[in-house]
Amino acid sequence: MLSELTETLLRYGFLILLWIMVVSVVGAIRRDLAVGSRNRTGTPTARQIRKDPTLEKRAPAPSKAAPRELVVTEGPLRGTTLDLAASPILLGRAQEATLVLEDDYASGRHARLFPQGSRWFIEDLGSTNGTYLGGSQLTRALPVEPGVPIRIGKTVIELRP
Amino acid sequence: MSDVLTVPKPRRNIEALLLLVALLVGVGANMIVGLDEDRAFDSDFWVQGGTLMALVVIFHIVLRFRAKYADPVILPIVTALNGIGLAMIHRLDITNGDDAADKQLLWSTVAVAAGIAVLFVIKDHRILRRYTYISLIVSAILLLLPLTPLGLTINGARIWINVGIGTFQPGEIAKITLAIFFAGYLSTNRDLILLAGRKVGPLQLPRMQDLGPMLAAWLVSIGVLVFQRDLGSSILFFGLFMAMIYVATSRVSWVLIGLGLIAAGGFVALQLFSHVEQRIHGWLNAFDPEVYNGTGGSYQVVQGLFGLASGGLTGTGLGQGRPDLVTFANSDMIIAALGEELGLIGIFAIVLMYVLLVSRGFRAALGTKDGFGKLLACGLSFTIAVQCFVVIGGVTRLIPLTGLTTPFMSAGGSSLLANWIIVALLLLISEAARRPAPTGPLATDMVPAMSESRSGASARARRSPKEGVE
Repeated sequence: MLSELTETLLRYGFLILLWIMVVSVVGAIRRDLAVGSRNRTGTPTARQIRKDPTLEKRAPAPSKAAPRELVVTEGPLRGTTLDLAASPILLGRAQEATLVLEDDYASGRHARLFPQGSRWFIEDLGSTNGTYLGGSQLTRALPVEPGVPIRIGKTVIELRP
Repeated sequence: MSDVLTVPKPRRNIEALLLLVALLVGVGANMIVGLDEDRAFDSDFWVQGGTLMALVVIFHIVLRFRAKYADPVILPIVTALNGIGLAMIHRLDITNGDDAADKQLLWSTVAVAAGIAVLFVIKDHRILRRYTYISLIVSAILLLLPLTPLGLTINGARIWINVGIGTFQPGEIAKITLAIFFAGYLSTNRDLILLAGRKVGPLQLPRMQDLGPMLAAWLVSIGVLVFQRDLGSSILFFGLFMAMIYVATSRVSWVLIGLGLIAAGGFVALQLFSHVEQRIHGWLNAFDPEVYNGTGGSYQVVQGLFGLASGGLTGTGLGQGRPDLVTFANSDMIIAALGEELGLIGIFAIVLMYVLLVSRGFRAALGTKDGFGKLLACGLSFTIAVQCFVVIGGVTRLIPLTGLTTPFMSAGGSSLLANWIIVALLLLISEAARRPAPTGPLATDMVPAMSESRSGASARARRSPKEGVE
């Protein structure tokens, strides 16, 4: 049997040890927890800009010319326009596509345009003939600037502000 | 699904340091447990402490070689939890004259070995994507096994099978294979599910054919509830699917449909099956003397609550309480036993360790670049979170008590095995997330594999999932 004192010391000692464990784990990952100050994907607050003036220069640039509509410039659907909302757009011959391309060289689900932040990205969905952004074939999702042609089969589309 | 950049550093030394603290917690608990009976440094203590230490040190060394950039806090947290669980089972053994701790230790060894095997065999989690549909078949077989003549009914639930040397719960492994299937299926078909369907008000409803997998998951959960009489696993499987489809599509409509299906299934089960109704009745009227004394009544959960109450804020101290009065104190009710002897302060530390573990899993999901890995990490961490919620919620009478195990702590080999495999997979995914991207000129055939950020990955990427450059 132990004395009362040792027992109490061990009891509280173990609780303290448990919390040392928790605190040291949190300490080890605090670099991850401070992600907000390093990560510049969001819009910086006024206070952050005051502290770090470089943030201000970066932020407004892309939003200046936010694309508002999609225009088909070549191909069977030439002249069609589509207003861009906040939801992704499926391009292809399939009936469920947002823009149904009547183009023999397009796949059923050919490519996808989706907004992220203030920019639009295009991503090829494994099409047979590929998707070309400004002349180069897509291998991954890439941001689309207004006025840059996107070629799908015989169809060329553009984003316009 | 956003990507957050991390600074690539192995951080294995931090892991070693944290492991030291974790082992101090686990082995220290085991020492205090026996102290009152003057059995503090007997052979049990040395065998258990020594084995635990050897196991995690080996795991740590394997990580240094196989997954250098893996998350440094996952292994220490799991070690601490496993150690505390072992100590509590040992403590109950001393009172009850049982040998559950030795079995648990044996299973810990098997589980850690399985985790190490996963690290060696898989190396890159994207390989698992090839086995999407095989995982589905394996899950179905695992879930059906207990219903075959191999199955055993223990305490009313038919979720065990007899494997000669002992019993095994195939459902524990099924949660991993189901997570792999859901991750593979959803990362491939995400776009279709996302873009198709009618819009009703603020909700975009999915098409009927896209509802198929959800209905399948629902039927599996209902089947588990009806034929295996296991409410906990049923909640776990359906919750896992709901969480993963929500993560994949970020559509609230799926969650609403899922909740509707749960409500419908739950209502029908309540009307048709006496064991479900009995559970709910025992939960709502737990303190009714009739329910308390009845067979299959609320004796267990109410004793657990009494135990938690007598523990108070700081607990009675390890080895000082009477957690042995609760039935199944070392498996279903281990949280009550720990709450009694460590008090609210101790149990909060344990809950926080689970929170940190789950958050590291989600962090790995945020960091990794492929959609499959993101979904798999989310699904696996979510199973741990749901298990904790269902168990701790059941013990504290927030929800009806169900038979799920507390991850890493409950006495029970299959659960331990499954959870260590989950940890190994999370470590692999976190390794992929934190490993520095290879610099210098890239070989062209590597580009698709690296840019496989979403679904619709090219076939080339699937054929060569390794990045090749270390």
